[in-house]
Amino acid sequence: MIKIDVNAQEKSVNIAPETPILWALRDSLGLTGTKFGCGIAQCGACTVHLDGQAIRSCVTPVSVASGKHLTTIEAIAADPIGKVVQAVWIQHDVAQCGYCQSGQIMSATALLKSNKHPTDQQIESAMSGNICRCGTYQRIRTAIKAAAKQLA
Amino acid sequence: MKFDQQEDLSRLPKILHRHLKQSSENNDAIQNRRQFLKLSVGAGFSLGMFSLNADAQVASQAPTGLKPFQQPQAFVNIANDGVVTVTINRLEFGQGIQTALAMILAEELDADWSKVRSVHGNANPAYVDPAFGMHITGGSGSVKNSYTQYRELGARARAMLIAAASAKWNLAPTSIRTEAGMLISTDGRKMSYAEVADIAMQQSVPAQVALKDPKQFRIIGKQTGRLDARAKSTGTQQFGIDVQRPGMLTAVIAHPPVFGAKIKSINDAVAKKMTGVKAVFRMPVDRGGEGVAVIADGYWAAKQARDALQVDWNTDQLELVDSAKQKKQYQALAKTTGKLKYNDDVSALSKASKKISAEFYFPYLAHAAMEPLNCTIEVTGEGADQKAQIWVGSQMPGMDTMAAANALGIPPQNVMIHVQMAGGGFGRRAIPTCDYVTESAQLSKLAYTMGIKEPIRTMWSREDDMRGGYYRPAHLHRAEIAYDDKAKILAWDHVIVGQSIVAGSPFEAFLIKDGIDGTAVEGMREPYQVPMRLSVHHPKVNVPVLWWRSVGSTHTAFVMETLVDELARNTKQDPVAYRLNLMADKAPRHKAALLLAVEKSGYGKRKLPKDQAWGVAVHESFETVVAYVVTASVKNGKPQLRSITAGVHCNLAVNPKTIEAQIQGAAVMALSMCLPGSEIIFKDGKVQQSNFSDYTVARMSDVPDIDVHIVPSADAPTGIGEPGLPPLAPAFANAIARLTGKNLRTLPFQLS
Repeated sequence: MIKIDVNAQEKSVNIAPETPILWALRDSLGLTGTKFGCGIAQCGACTVHLDGQAIRSCVTPVSVASGKHLTTIEAIAADPIGKVVQAVWIQHDVAQCGYCQSGQIMSATALLKSNKHPTDQQIESAMSGNICRCGTYQRIRTAIKAAAKQLA
Repeated sequence: MKFDQQEDLSRLPKILHRHLKQSSENNDAIQNRRQFLKLSVGAGFSLGMFSLNADAQVASQAPTGLKPFQQPQAFVNIANDGVVTVTINRLEFGQGIQTALAMILAEELDADWSKVRSVHGNANPAYVDPAFGMHITGGSGSVKNSYTQYRELGARARAMLIAAASAKWNLAPTSIRTEAGMLISTDGRKMSYAEVADIAMQQSVPAQVALKDPKQFRIIGKQTGRLDARAKSTGTQQFGIDVQRPGMLTAVIAHPPVFGAKIKSINDAVAKKMTGVKAVFRMPVDRGGEGVAVIADGYWAAKQARDALQVDWNTDQLELVDSAKQKKQYQALAKTTGKLKYNDDVSALSKASKKISAEFYFPYLAHAAMEPLNCTIEVTGEGADQKAQIWVGSQMPGMDTMAAANALGIPPQNVMIHVQMAGGGFGRRAIPTCDYVTESAQLSKLAYTMGIKEPIRTMWSREDDMRGGYYRPAHLHRAEIAYDDKAKILAWDHVIVGQSIVAGSPFEAFLIKDGIDGTAVEGMREPYQVPMRLSVHHPKVNVPVLWWRSVGSTHTAFVMETLVDELARNTKQDPVAYRLNLMADKAPRHKAALLLAVEKSGYGKRKLPKDQAWGVAVHESFETVVAYVVTASVKNGKPQLRSITAGVHCNLAVNPKTIEAQIQGAAVMALSMCLPGSEIIFKDGKVQQSNFSDYTVARMSDVPDIDVHIVPSADAPTGIGEPGLPPLAPAFANAIARLTGKNLRTLPFQLS
């Protein structure tokens, strides 16, 4: 049994400690908002926050989360910045298939938490680890800028 | 309005009927046709015998001749709270169809848009594509083929609501009008649709309904937010991979590294002992191959155990494809004339003083949708009571159901498919061999026989997905063009070499003509008036191939639009003026799209910095014309797009907000094709790429802003999911050629 704090709730999962956080969330806890895309930290679909930092949950063992706070897409609205990011995502109709968007939102929220006024370059650099095969990048950029404006 | 969606799967799609009736059997088709016969007849029903239970439900109220897909009961549900739920007969995988078709129906229904929702249909006969006669999402045909259908469905439902109100108020229908979900009488009475929804469904279904004049539209044509935007921004949208069933186990399959390989020997001792592993067994897989299934608690345990298997594969008798060798074979083939598609006189080639001789190469491409393939199957009961439920993101749920039924040994009427929101697809989920559904069903059947009764989710790792085949086929083109001082084209001799996508599939019967796969030549010659001899070779290769967003136009547009541009460059003509000249008095929609892109981009008016150049291309696919005017530069030897302006002619723009997104997305996917590493390469029969680490797809840093403009039109809408892809790569290549003098004739680009 491993105890982890997920979205401000203490949870126990009966899995090997080396199991990636992604599968603890998806298969053990039924939190399926966090997505599996590549399994090797190349696409960002599995992005969650560990103590507020964006991490790739597909390569981070669940043991690493012990004693720290995990936040997933399901609870990001509880974060004032996450809430704004989700709102602009809806307003700008960012999603197409939508599969990568949980990860995109988690990365964008982490960016805006650390940098309220990101330049285009900073947005690109923070978001380039997140692949969107539908090609929604332009609307993601627009939405992040809109969120930054609202948060200013 | 309520409609009990019955699961009637025993109706063969028209397309399969046609296919099965074909008397001339060529070698390629026999195996597949037999498979289909087995699949349909063997599954417990005979050809042409339709079960009518789904139709019978409403047949009594519907006029003779009204088909299930024309009757609103299967498509509209108005709940007590006024929420209107529209059932969508296509797979939603990003293209926005769950919003667009709902808009079209809601328009004629006069619904309150804020109360409209949409859901996926299933393999019920009502949900066929009315043009194809089968369940299919493809060919950018969802709005195009269902525009009138969904308008009429909305209008019929509205007429039935008016009839119900007429009975309730004892007023003539002509004294009742509708507005935003309300029935309003001339004497001032008002009532919501919800109040008479149930009675409305008792009304007879009108055969003839008047449709609105497009000038009256208040939903169609408006920038409309997607109905799934909230769910997809909050992590609450369920995709196929998210399905959870009580006790569900996860399976991962070890596929052979060479397509069709079988197992020589296996050591599964370690895998079997791993925590959470329930079963390890050999199983048949796609293309006559053999694989190993691992069933475990959760994906991680299953994947770890799968990776711990030691399998020695037997590849005897199999072609071991090598991309470099294949290219040489294709080059040799391209020097010979293949099956003729066009046969214009090209004798001018021997005497012309100005010539272009060009060879183009396009590699295999993986769809690489973000959601790896998966399929969940729950089998229950025994013997005649055995049933199966399937959860899968499918572009062809009818065929997938039949394939699953066959593999499970359960009659199709006992197999229910729940079409799931899909994390992309780009063609990979419209698969004539039903490969991943069939494998999941075979796995489930074997597990069930062994006593594993839990539902099983079969999952593919990213590596499985990328190496699992069904690629856009590699193509080689060879062109010889004779032209004069003004670039008048005197003769164009062209050969295409590439595997047929549809050979051996049920689509062969109407997509292959005179030995030529229509999807290999679509987009050639058009819209230019040029004398062309075009011939095609379709080699047989041990690589499964498939349509990939915009299909043949992924390569034909590149070839046509870069060659035309080269002709303009070689004779120092403006590439836009030259194209317009070549179109002569034809192609008004091409001209409109091109001129719109030209106007909005500032081409010809705005001076670019010295390190940038303009690039232009225009192409029609799926009846929609898209033109791009781009600017590009080269940085550290790497071509870079700086700006993209699109002109789009898709007739009536149902939802401009989605159209913009589709063009932007298609442009990004096309840009991916140009980037280093965007290719599937074979060596010793094995795919060399494995994941996003070695198969490039565009990232945010690769993509400039894409400015989309739509030509205004009230004509019936044409395709939009794919047409934005083909002209982007050639426009980009043309800009780089103008800048560097180097003609790019290979994708991904090779500048040095």
